[in-house]
Amino acid sequence: MSVTIARVEPSIAGVGDYIELMKPRVMSLVVFTALVGMLVAPGHVNPVLGLTALICIAVGAGAAGALNMWYDADIDVRMARTAGRPIPRGRVTPGEAAGFGMTLAAFSVVTLGLLVNVIAAAMLGFTILFYVVIYTMWLKRTTPQNIVIGGAAGALPPMIGWAAATGGTIAIEPVLLFLIIFFWTPPHFWALSLYRTEDYARAGIPMLPVVAGDQATRRQILIYTLILAPLGVTPWLLGYAGPIYGVAALAVGGIMIALALRVRAERSGHTASKQMFAFSILYLFLLFATLLVDRMSGVAFGHVAA
Amino acid sequence: MDDSTNKPVSGPAPQGIRLTEQQLRARRSRSIAIALALGAFVIIVFLVTIVRLGGNVLTRPM
Repeated sequence: MSVTIARVEPSIAGVGDYIELMKPRVMSLVVFTALVGMLVAPGHVNPVLGLTALICIAVGAGAAGALNMWYDADIDVRMARTAGRPIPRGRVTPGEAAGFGMTLAAFSVVTLGLLVNVIAAAMLGFTILFYVVIYTMWLKRTTPQNIVIGGAAGALPPMIGWAAATGGTIAIEPVLLFLIIFFWTPPHFWALSLYRTEDYARAGIPMLPVVAGDQATRRQILIYTLILAPLGVTPWLLGYAGPIYGVAALAVGGIMIALALRVRAERSGHTASKQMFAFSILYLFLLFATLLVDRMSGVAFGHVAA
Repeated sequence: MDDSTNKPVSGPAPQGIRLTEQQLRARRSRSIAIALALGAFVIIVFLVTIVRLGGNVLTRPM
């Protein structure tokens, strides 16, 4: 009887490679939207508990990123945008990434549950599960609606922040924040996929421009933006935010619609879609930052009940 | 299973795994990061315990 023992090379992965596995740019947006969800919630959040919740949410988002990179290593290597990630580059083995991701996922959810509250922990666990299993393993490779449905995972952090602050009470405001990010995701990613179509086609990912074509994608971007822009104003219309937010939401929403119209009208080149992608990040940041400023100034001057 | 399994293995004695300079550096940086993360976790648990117990932290049956 012969036994073959696979020799495993000692790891060369440094701390930077593991940080890269956690998708720090995505993580920063997750932390920021969760922070806004937490601070606009009624009542006072203890700073230590608030910071603990944010760290758990950040680590949970990092876990989801690492598990996504583990599962998608085979397609990441085929796309220019993702070929430089730690696994395709050979810095981290898929097994290391899977172990790292699962450890962080369990650690972040259990810690959030024990130190902050169980509802927020359950929502964080659901978000990680949804992103990894529903989006990464299932939808991403099977349907052009992948980022539409999968976008729910990215939209949940403000609700987790709200749940961490309130102990899990249901309200319309965090649902509005969820809907804003949910309807923001398709125009944001489809604008990117318009000028990365060949990349996605090579990797066999059925993104909308690959499956339905360029023009259908541009039309869908406009439709979603026309839903998103008014939705962005609703926190003001429903009285959850003041005039500072209302004016800012109208202004940035108007720019988003103008850019979506330019994307729709563009016949050659990708200047408009690149501008749309870049501005969409700024749009979400400005919208949430203004909501935060508006709420904080309202609390400071006594307009909004803290 | 034949008798050969119990015979001593001939050849040079195993040298073990010798890490390269790069592997040693990577392992050291990972170890420091894990230590810092664990230290931060201990501090967080301590602070949350104090926050949760509040003034009661000093009130205990002797």
